[in-house]
Amino acid sequence: MRFQPTEDQRALRRGVRELLEARCGRDVLRARGARIDRALWRELGRAGFFSLRLPEAEGGAGLGLPEAALVFEEAGRVLLPGPLVATHLAAGAVPGAADGTAVVTRADGGLVPWLEEADVVLGDASGAVPVTSVDPLTPLHRVPSGPPGEPEPAAVLLTAAEQLGSAGRTLATAVRYAKEREQFGRPIGAFQAVKHLCAGMLVRTELARAAVYAAAVTADPVEIAGAKLLADEAAVQGARDCLQVHGGMGFTWEAEVHLHLKRAWVRAELGLPAARAEEALAAAL
Amino acid sequence: MDLTYTEEEEAFRAGLRHWLKAALPALPPRPPPGDWPARRAHDSAWQRALYDAGYADVHWDASPTRRLIFLEETERAGAPYVGANFVGLLHAGPTIAAEGTPGQRARWLPPILRGDEIWCQGFSEPDAGSDLASLRTRAVRDGDCYVVTGAKVWTSHAEIADWCELLVRTDPQAPRHRGITWLAMPMDAPGVTVRPLRTLAGSAEFAEVFLDEVRVPVANRVGEENDGWRVTMVTLSFERGTAFAGEVVACRRTLAELARTARENGRWDDTALRRRLGRLNAEFGALWRLTQWNVAEAEATGGVPGTGGSVFKLRYSEARQELYDTAAAVLGPDALDLSRAWTRDRLSSLSYTIAAGTSQIQRNIVAERILGLPKER
Ligand SMILES: Cc1cc2nc3c(=O)[nH]c(=O)nc-3n(C[C@H](O)[C@H](O)[C@H](O)COP(=O)(O)OP(=O)(O)OC[C@H]3O[C@@H](n4cnc5c(N)ncnc54)[C@H](O)[C@@H]3O)c2cc1C
Repeated sequence: MRFQPTEDQRALRRGVRELLEARCGRDVLRARGARIDRALWRELGRAGFFSLRLPEAEGGAGLGLPEAALVFEEAGRVLLPGPLVATHLAAGAVPGAADGTAVVTRADGGLVPWLEEADVVLGDASGAVPVTSVDPLTPLHRVPSGPPGEPEPAAVLLTAAEQLGSAGRTLATAVRYAKEREQFGRPIGAFQAVKHLCAGMLVRTELARAAVYAAAVTADPVEIAGAKLLADEAAVQGARDCLQVHGGMGFTWEAEVHLHLKRAWVRAELGLPAARAEEALAAAL
Repeated sequence: MDLTYTEEEEAFRAGLRHWLKAALPALPPRPPPGDWPARRAHDSAWQRALYDAGYADVHWDASPTRRLIFLEETERAGAPYVGANFVGLLHAGPTIAAEGTPGQRARWLPPILRGDEIWCQGFSEPDAGSDLASLRTRAVRDGDCYVVTGAKVWTSHAEIADWCELLVRTDPQAPRHRGITWLAMPMDAPGVTVRPLRTLAGSAEFAEVFLDEVRVPVANRVGEENDGWRVTMVTLSFERGTAFAGEVVACRRTLAELARTARENGRWDDTALRRRLGRLNAEFGALWRLTQWNVAEAEATGGVPGTGGSVFKLRYSEARQELYDTAAAVLGPDALDLSRAWTRDRLSSLSYTIAAGTSQIQRNIVAERILGLPKER
């Protein structure tokens, strides 16, 4: 049993991390607001972000869900905006999705992200009304029609992978700040109350990591539901705890923590929200 | 990333499964908690059977993956857990194997593997629990013996043990961590008094141990004099390694039984309860995956159990308590009936956030050793 990333998978993750860190630092994100950076989108397309799982004969890399999960984790880490999951899933089916020349979103009842920026909308978005989105980097519409449809398991898993990346980033941010910020003549990370917040963040993140990676390997819908549930919790609670560790600084617009929390809230609602995930997991018992 | 086992590992699993099928029906049920001598005989017989079949040393020598498969298969088959052999197999044995002399290994390891000798762990003291390094039990050198005086507490299985892995202070002048020594003490030595303590579950599974000028041969010292803290850290890394892996399998089985019971007794219609069961399904599924992740990591880095064990223990101990609280919600008023297995398990689950290092201490370990946050003092 080799339940660890292979050398190729590590290299892929490193490559994507370098690309994203160079191209979406926080200043870049802030400057764009809720607009899609088309040049970046095409660059992602060229780097194989969307076509990763297409067969080589169709111009893809012929990789699988585990590789896609690692890549989406990196996207979550840097808060890469846009309907990444919908475009990735549309590669091969919607012209332009694979190479990043088209932006694709999906409406399956409930909330639709990036409706106006998208070139192609899959599903029924009739009657969509704009919502003042809590996440400044994710515009949202609400579709009044019927109950939300069954989400595709791969979409749920990749959303969970983004949550995992976000949880990893807020943990690292909290730990870095706890080592730097001094109060009472010591780094605040020397105080147990702060230590224990950070330890809790790590535990949630590592549990979510095991769940997300395993679900990517098995592609089992119940395991994917569990991964989403735990990754949502790791991302949402991780961002809250990170904000707490930052004190007053954490409450400012300046600190990037709130952006992680808001995005985590949005992702928690997308795909498979907690109540539905728990019902699916209960039904499988 | 791969979740399949190698052919060799699957062959090991198949052989074990085959053997368990034949061996288990011959084994009588484990005697109740009160009857410790009977329990000891039962656990030893099982260990002997494992020994004869060549599985006795799976906790020490085999690859971590084989250990995982062993725990998974024995749990799945409903085989007994290590029971009274816990300290010998999971603490003292690996420590002696790693730090003992050839003579010590020859003297102590075979009887542990055969189930002939039972060990207990004399680390904690009335004033030294979490702060283990503050222990005060004294050992003074007198010729070829140490003369030991002091008291230990919470010592599991002390009543039936033959040997005790004992931590003593040999140099009171040295800094706290430096003056400690690891000894193997025979429990029948003159001056050893065991007084059983009743647990909140009503049983007596641990004890106070009073030591009054007990003479322990210097030859029973494992590691150097005053080097016991380092030896202890070796012991504890084994304690936290994969010790709980089999229990996760058992918890998943219990969870499935909970769901079945809830469907039968009508509690399944309660949405909040149903969702709680669903969440536990995610928790225990992920805990199992985390175990596999930790084992694969240990295998890749040379087989030493890492700090990943602390991450696992923190979540597992809480999930286990949540599982049995949920069992109580499924049972309703029957949860107050102490003859119910789930009620007894609920009580014993309360120890999981305390024993083998409290959750607070585990969080300190995670924060300082994994995340690199500054030490408190
Ligand atoms: C079922 C069971 C079996 C056991 N078996 C054995 C055995 O066989 N052999 C053996 O040697 N021991 C055994 N123990 C003892 C166990 O290791 C100790 O109980 C444990 O280490 C905690 O020590 P304590 O009980 O003295 O609690 P204390 O150390 O007094 O702690 C009390 C509370 O204070 C908290 N606390 C203490 N220090 C800190 C700190 N620095 N920061 C934050 N919080 C802190 C603790 O988390 C806890 O909540 C067993 C315990 C149990 C429950």
